[in-house]
Amino acid sequence: MPHKTFFWFILPTGLAMILFIGLPIVSSFFQSLHIETEQILMEVENCDPFGCKTNVRVDVEATEKLRQENPLGRFNGFGTYTDRNHLAFDEIGEAWNTSSSIGEFKDIVLNLPFYKALLFTLTFCFAVTPPVIILGFIVALSVNTLSKIIKGFIVFGTILPMIVTPLIGSLVLFWMIDSQGIIGASIQILFDDPNLSLKASSNLTWITLIIYGIWHNTPFAFVVFYAALQTVPQDPIEAAYIDGASRYQRVRYIVIPHLYPVATFIMLICLMDNFRVFEPIIGFSAEGVAQSLSWMIYQDLRNENKMLFGSAGATSMLTIIGIAFLLTPVLIRTWKEFRTER
Amino acid sequence: MKKLILALLISFASTSVFAGSHSPCGVTNGSINILANEFTTYRIFMDEVKSCAGPDADFNVTHSVDHNKLQVAALSANPAEFSAKLVTNGSITPLMNDGLIRPLDDLVEKYGSNLNENQKITIDGKIYAVAFMANAQHLWYRESILNDLGIAVPSTYEEVIAAAEKIKAAGVMDNPYAGAFKSGWNLGQEFVNMYLGHGGEFFKSGSAQPNVNNEKGVAALNVIKKLTELSNPDFLTQDTNAVKEEWESGNVALMHVWNSGAASLLDDEGDQDIKADTRLAPSPTVGGGSKPATTLWWDGIAIATNTSDENAEASFRALVGAASSTDLANNNPNATVWLIKGYTPGDTAGPVVDAASRGTTPYPSFPHMSLMHGALSTELVEFLQGNESAEKALADVEAAYIAKATEQGFL
Repeated sequence: MPHKTFFWFILPTGLAMILFIGLPIVSSFFQSLHIETEQILMEVENCDPFGCKTNVRVDVEATEKLRQENPLGRFNGFGTYTDRNHLAFDEIGEAWNTSSSIGEFKDIVLNLPFYKALLFTLTFCFAVTPPVIILGFIVALSVNTLSKIIKGFIVFGTILPMIVTPLIGSLVLFWMIDSQGIIGASIQILFDDPNLSLKASSNLTWITLIIYGIWHNTPFAFVVFYAALQTVPQDPIEAAYIDGASRYQRVRYIVIPHLYPVATFIMLICLMDNFRVFEPIIGFSAEGVAQSLSWMIYQDLRNENKMLFGSAGATSMLTIIGIAFLLTPVLIRTWKEFRTER
Repeated sequence: MKKLILALLISFASTSVFAGSHSPCGVTNGSINILANEFTTYRIFMDEVKSCAGPDADFNVTHSVDHNKLQVAALSANPAEFSAKLVTNGSITPLMNDGLIRPLDDLVEKYGSNLNENQKITIDGKIYAVAFMANAQHLWYRESILNDLGIAVPSTYEEVIAAAEKIKAAGVMDNPYAGAFKSGWNLGQEFVNMYLGHGGEFFKSGSAQPNVNNEKGVAALNVIKKLTELSNPDFLTQDTNAVKEEWESGNVALMHVWNSGAASLLDDEGDQDIKADTRLAPSPTVGGGSKPATTLWWDGIAIATNTSDENAEASFRALVGAASSTDLANNNPNATVWLIKGYTPGDTAGPVVDAASRGTTPYPSFPHMSLMHGALSTELVEFLQGNESAEKALADVEAAYIAKATEQGFL
């Protein structure tokens, strides 16, 4: 395609991307460099049913005046990025100096909110993505061999977990794993332990979330693999069949190499999706033991008090950087394949 | 404090005629759109508000347990998403901080002739809210279970723990105690109760510097830990409504939840044997303290700044009509402790009156308290799971609070 044609072809999409993705990112970045203006407090007398007493309150007028002068707030540079609730440079430095062993250092670092969230996010990403690809592939292969009459129903049933809204899906499972729910009660009987609760320990909660993630994401991998399976050329398969190749050999040496680029694509999308894991944490009420980066942004924006825009902006930027790091190897690989194909 | 007791114990002659003043009910102009918490008493209150607004009014109400998280964003918009908000002494401060609720003096003068003086919440001389009920968390127990084992009604948390251990040891229940320990606001509130019960102060005097990492904080956490060990292992996922369900299923013999829970815990739905066996008791003290380890709350109505005067007036009329309805209070005497004129307290008001008379601290109304509550909500979980020490958890609370308070401009 000539460069000029390409330019006009991509222009509408490009403009929309700048408007709806680029500019919001720039705006979040600017916001993340600022913190709220100073709150001016004053003493007042408050009376309520329990009596009168002197208390402090925010001087709304004076604070509002400051806010008018600096609508963005006070400039804080990268201060929010390095504070305790984000990269926590000071705390890590101190931990490095005071801890006597690597284990102790690790404990201190993983107790900091950002690193705790990062650990869960990465664990979720890497525990969910490979099973999703493998399961999705197996399901696609199986469905592909079904007779046409039942195929439609089975395909529909298989993609149901993806159709169900993540929050609803996780809530349904949350109630099922309750100690009085069908899964929770069955597990208690199975392990003969009436106090066994999937919600009580961090490890079991993490495992539950990961299983939910696999359940929810597999249909996506299935759909893409299933579509790709329709493009597998029949000639080499028939040739292999005549040559006496088993079903395993046909899949291993013809189908898989053909689907390889598709698998890379699924991995890319899955890693990206899972890196912003959020709804299951809310659905499973798992905030206490499992926090993700997206949950941190949510928490900053829905704090008991005012929204912490700077903090949320900083976490968003760090999430974008995280996704970039995560995808770099996959992207480099795709680029190399693209080059060799040419 | 005396005012409250007076208002509760002395029942005034019913004055349901609004003589010499505008009648608030029967709204025809303006639209009413209210944001409120979700529990049975509020539902009862809202039914009255709706009937006061009348059939011609444009009336909407949104009940949400996440009302605290929604309110600032919803009322900051101009025009605001909601014309009115049901507030408490806890949730009013973030709204006051940003000037999101309006003074009500002129509206009270016009429509509030039937209000008690102590219903008017004044801040710096202006009325910003009109309270209609008082609430507190306190002890609930199953009389037959305590009687069978010869346990006296506990008056301290040490006795609560001993009683729960005895019930467990007797094999009556596996998890005899329940409290709203759901990580988030509920868990933070349990610490607030216990810390104040130990005589703690959340901030260094005269500043916004945190002050929870001390002996009292550690003692408070240790009591909470013991209580959670006697609770359902899923305690970190159970909010007040979930605890009430446990109670109604007969899984619990002792719990510390809101007085307003009586509206659903003692109604005529569900297992009546359990309900007939349910008793209310004052909130226990802890660690040798004299004040009960709980906080006093009022619930009231507030009107958004960023809404038209017409909508503000319409909303205020409907809400204040309910907040001064003697019939509402006396038809539902056990739904909560009403502050409404002419109310004769029901059987269940006792624990709140007791808490007030024993000098219980109202929930702190510092502008930065919600940031502290937020830090407590997330940082105490690991201690309760046995993954870190109480000192470490409290140090984390202070560090998390400082980072947020700095960003908000309080430090």
